[in-house]
Amino acid sequence: MPEIRLENLRKDYGAVTVIEDLNLSMEDGEFTVLVGPSGCGKSTTLRMIAGLEAVTEGRIMIGDRDVSRLEPKERDLAMVFQDYALYPHMNVAKNMSFALRLARYDKDEIHKRVSETAEILGLTDHLQRKPAELSGGQRQRVAMGRALVRDAGTFLFDEPLSNLDAKLRGQMRGELALMSQRINKNMIYVTHDQVEAMTLGDRIVVMKFGKIMQAGTPEELYRKPQNKFVAGFIGSPPMNFLPAELRDHGGTLHVEGQGFSVPLSAERSASLKSYTNQNVHLGVRPSGFVESDAPGAIEMPIVLSEYIGAQSVLISELGGQQVTIELNSLEPVRIGEIRHFTIEREELHLFDPQTEAAL
Amino acid sequence: MKTALANRMTPYLFLAPAGIVLVAALLYPIGYMIYASFLDWNPSQRIGEADWIGLRNYTNLLGDAAFRESFWVTIKFAAIVVTLEMVLGVGLALLLDRNLRGMSILRTLFILPMMIAPIVVGLMWRYMYHPTVGIFNRTLENIGLPTVPWLSDGGWAFTSIIIADVWQWTPFIFILSLAALQSLPQSAIEASRIDGASAWQTILYVKLPLMMPVLIVTALLRLIDAFKVLEVILVLTNGGPGLSTEILSLRIARTASEFRELGVAAAMSNFLLILLLVLTVAMYLYGKAAELRAARLRAAAEEAA
Ligand SMILES: Nc1ncnc2c1ncn2[C@@H]1O[C@H](COP(=O)(O)OP(=O)(O)O)[C@@H](O)[C@H]1O
Ligand SMILES: [Mg+2]
Repeated sequence: MPEIRLENLRKDYGAVTVIEDLNLSMEDGEFTVLVGPSGCGKSTTLRMIAGLEAVTEGRIMIGDRDVSRLEPKERDLAMVFQDYALYPHMNVAKNMSFALRLARYDKDEIHKRVSETAEILGLTDHLQRKPAELSGGQRQRVAMGRALVRDAGTFLFDEPLSNLDAKLRGQMRGELALMSQRINKNMIYVTHDQVEAMTLGDRIVVMKFGKIMQAGTPEELYRKPQNKFVAGFIGSPPMNFLPAELRDHGGTLHVEGQGFSVPLSAERSASLKSYTNQNVHLGVRPSGFVESDAPGAIEMPIVLSEYIGAQSVLISELGGQQVTIELNSLEPVRIGEIRHFTIEREELHLFDPQTEAAL
Repeated sequence: MKTALANRMTPYLFLAPAGIVLVAALLYPIGYMIYASFLDWNPSQRIGEADWIGLRNYTNLLGDAAFRESFWVTIKFAAIVVTLEMVLGVGLALLLDRNLRGMSILRTLFILPMMIAPIVVGLMWRYMYHPTVGIFNRTLENIGLPTVPWLSDGGWAFTSIIIADVWQWTPFIFILSLAALQSLPQSAIEASRIDGASAWQTILYVKLPLMMPVLIVTALLRLIDAFKVLEVILVLTNGGPGLSTEILSLRIARTASEFRELGVAAAMSNFLLILLLVLTVAMYLYGKAAELRAARLRAAAEEAA
């Protein structure tokens, strides 16, 4: 049974529509990540689910309860805020136990839960401290702890790691992944960082301008992006896009552009027949290029080379455009060299130049 | 050597003019008043002609039942008005801290009383309290209730000046509380809603504790001001009936102008000054303590990082 369902959800601020006709269902126990560029309405969506923001139109269902008009506390959820939102006047223990105290749990139970959670998060020595006495990373843990001590059905996270430095963020991301496996609750996680989305999410929802561009598993989004936006957003370094045209060479369609002509599979040639002689956008991930001396390989001058060890990230030029290539090779590549590449069949992503939908 | 000394002195040289003005404008009158409080001084005399009587003005005052009554009235008045104004002002701020249509106009209306000159406030309320043509008694009469001797009965007069003061100064607390409320961390308030707090619980456990520093300073400021209130009461009751509304500043004014005892008036002022000084020092110490606490927290956070 789908646990949380957003039905035709809409949010207006005055005359501005921020969320438009959003439909989404999240399975019970699923880790869902809302990802998208800043300002696309992720936080607004999350805050509507939390009950902090009124719903303009549509419904939010949790199980078979319509919670759209309920107060946050009636929705059985816990939330971690981007700025942590700790109570500045309460110490760590009080911060973590606030919800339990409001719900009139008995003292022993509160003490037990707080110390267990503090133990897990490594906060045991700081329970008597005020938030102002903690480092950023510790505050972040307190915010997590405050959500965890409650036995809420759903956990909401609004960019919980974005205020940490890179190293701490990586570490917390790992801990979060472990934690989410252990507690197996509904989790809805908002981030603008696609790496976070890919590593944490069971399912990722990519948003843009208040609309869902695509929802699916990390693998689906990576391998079968439904449009150019998702293709460019997911994956690092990002996908290269080249203007191209589909040409018929004796029954096989070729993607042709300045300096390259790549044949499509027979299957795809057949299905894209109607696009013959039309413009398309070709998308190729940096890892989709394979070094090859085969005839028809694309000749590419190396403009920039970053050697990382087992891998090099190369910048090359094709038809006047910069192209990023990831090369698995222990030997560094020198700038100015000319190398030859073919593109893996699987990695030929084609998009309609008008609708930007995947072909 | 010489230039080093000159360099060290330069800032003081630049500060000197301001310092002199400060001493002349601030300390001279206070010194004058303190000096005068040791004199038996009639306004017809020049200060040099007055007799030095040491602490007699002070000891006389301590034995003077009327002065002690006045002192007590002042403290009672200040305590009651500040309490009422804090409760009403903070309450209103909590009530109006939301974005409804027309709220900004309402807020502006609320702070109007504070902007009216105290003398005018006094006159206005005197008309409203008028036993026969005042709006209060006319209204009471119209709905068939007995009228109230607003200013002519001791107990009622004290209530009446409190009402007028609360009317005038609640807005002060209101705007400061509203500003404090609106600068609270919004996300902490949202977090409390998620944590299951009702509107009341959010106010009690999150908003009020976080507003407390501002509220304490506001209350102290207001208390200092309430001890010095004069004009409204002067116009409304002139201290009467009897001594029921004779607050200290009024008694000081009357001692100087009616009883023509400048030395005694100065001594009374000094009692008031000491009282206010205690409050000011309390405020200063509170600020200092808050500062120290913040510094300690910062240091601990840095150590933790
Ligand atoms: N209270 C508000 N009033 C008006 N516009 C808002 C408000 N909150 C957010 N918005 C607008 O809604 C859009 C989506 O915001 P948000 O959900 O915070 O984006 P993000 O995806 O970065 O979390 C933004 O364009 C923002 O300017
Ligand atoms: Mg956001």
